Amino acid sequence: MARAALPGRLTWQLVSVVDLVEETSRTKSLVLARPDWPGGYRSGQHVDVRLTAEDGYQVQRSYSIASAPEDDHLVLTVERLDDGEVSPYLVDVLQPGDELELRGPIGGYFVWEESLGGPLVLIGGGSGVVPLRSMLRHWSGTDRSVAVRLVYSVRRLSEVIYHDELLGYGALDGVDIRFALTREWPDDWQGRRGRIDRALLEDVGGPPSAKPRVYVCGPNAFVESAAGWLVEAGHDPSRIRTERFGPTGT
Amino acid sequence: MSPVSRGFLGHRRPVADPSRLPPGQYLETGFPVLSAGPTPHTPLDEWSFLISGEVDEPVSWPWKEFLELPSEQVTVDIHCVTKWSKFDTHWKGVSVDTLFEHINSEAAYLTAWCDGGYTTNLPREHVTDGKAWVAYEYDGQPLHPEHGGPARLLVPHLYFWKSAKWVRGLTLTVDDEPGFWENYGYHNLGDPWLEQRYQGD
Amino acid sequence: MEPLDGNAIAGDLFEHFGNEMTTATGACATCGTVSVIAELTVYMRAPGAVVRCRHCGNVVIVLVHIAGAIRVNTDRFQLAAAELA
Repeated sequence: MARAALPGRLTWQLVSVVDLVEETSRTKSLVLARPDWPGGYRSGQHVDVRLTAEDGYQVQRSYSIASAPEDDHLVLTVERLDDGEVSPYLVDVLQPGDELELRGPIGGYFVWEESLGGPLVLIGGGSGVVPLRSMLRHWSGTDRSVAVRLVYSVRRLSEVIYHDELLGYGALDGVDIRFALTREWPDDWQGRRGRIDRALLEDVGGPPSAKPRVYVCGPNAFVESAAGWLVEAGHDPSRIRTERFGPTGT
Repeated sequence: MSPVSRGFLGHRRPVADPSRLPPGQYLETGFPVLSAGPTPHTPLDEWSFLISGEVDEPVSWPWKEFLELPSEQVTVDIHCVTKWSKFDTHWKGVSVDTLFEHINSEAAYLTAWCDGGYTTNLPREHVTDGKAWVAYEYDGQPLHPEHGGPARLLVPHLYFWKSAKWVRGLTLTVDDEPGFWENYGYHNLGDPWLEQRYQGD
Repeated sequence: MEPLDGNAIAGDLFEHFGNEMTTATGACATCGTVSVIAELTVYMRAPGAVVRCRHCGNVVIVLVHIAGAIRVNTDRFQLAAAELA
């Protein structure tokens, strides 16, 4: 069995932290120098990040890439988990000038690029929006002939990551951006109040005959119900790609 | 070794008494939950504990009878092969010595088997003479399902994968028969003081 | 304890097989359900990763880190020969 040895791929390398951007009170984007990856990467892929303490203790976590392949920097958006071991370090301790060890790009299943076509349907729960944002950024750099629809479910408006950027896409032709606020919403909120349901998904999914490319990302239960409803509504399971997020530390 | 990540410490805490920490371990203040599958939820009126295999007569106890067996409160240190250790954990359960009073067997080994299909193997001498319990309370409360409730095996002198969660019985065996993790390369015995994490250690 | 999916072990699988494996197809040895690795159920919080068939729940793949090396057992997941090329 031949090992696909692509230089620079899946080998651990150090990248510099260029900037840190607070997205919400609990999430921060890490703006990193572009890694040495011949062939670049694809929207939807992720990296593994590895931290090493002075005594050699190591931990590793996966983070979806938030930037588009065409962007100048590699961006990861990290949500601080209160009892996390890695995320509090990345969000609270890491500084511009530090170096981060990572390997990638990883993943060949949960990816979208312009050549795959559309309509493009993106369904995200919580930090599941991160790889979908990479797809949107990539889309915006194309000739934008593909229709794109996003529904993004979060607890409250203050937790919407990339809020202004997403609304900016929503103002473009052929783009439909919706937020579903599940716990709290402003009194004058015109969008979805409460969790996504099958009817909303059917609306966003559109007719199965249009054969959309669907990407669902978020916690396990969210992905299970969203993907399940779309299949029940007649969408081709092979055109629905899923990625489940969750804490992986012990 | 990889370069050090400036300022990264992780969850570890300083150890007051290093002689209690086996080689390669770190002290953990939480109680991490590790699992190879979904948490089973066997109703207590369907639960029973069975000792069988190389025994003259198998013996089993339904839940209510199990709770009526003589029990012990123990405080022990526990050590996970994923490198965390936790000191002074409090449990209540039935000593395996008490359970073995009810059987006749010459067998030298046993396999613990569990709801959800997990198994682990142990030499009989490592679960007798006050070394092991079937525990159903942790820290004064009924054992939570995610930590193995209603009952788990507790064998604190070995790595904690031997303390099988959701245990339903022990099968006495003539030969040592590797269980789940042992079959995938983990050590047959798992003594943390000899750092027996993997086969060949 | 929420499980993840095969995407979560993509990096380790690549390291072991030398190839992107999340799109690799195989059949559960217990129930025969065919799936891509990305869609299998993965329990990460263990002394290793335990991968189960989403249909019947039985173990199909086990991944362990032993002495710094990654070992992947796919005995219960019948990968198409082409996937391993």
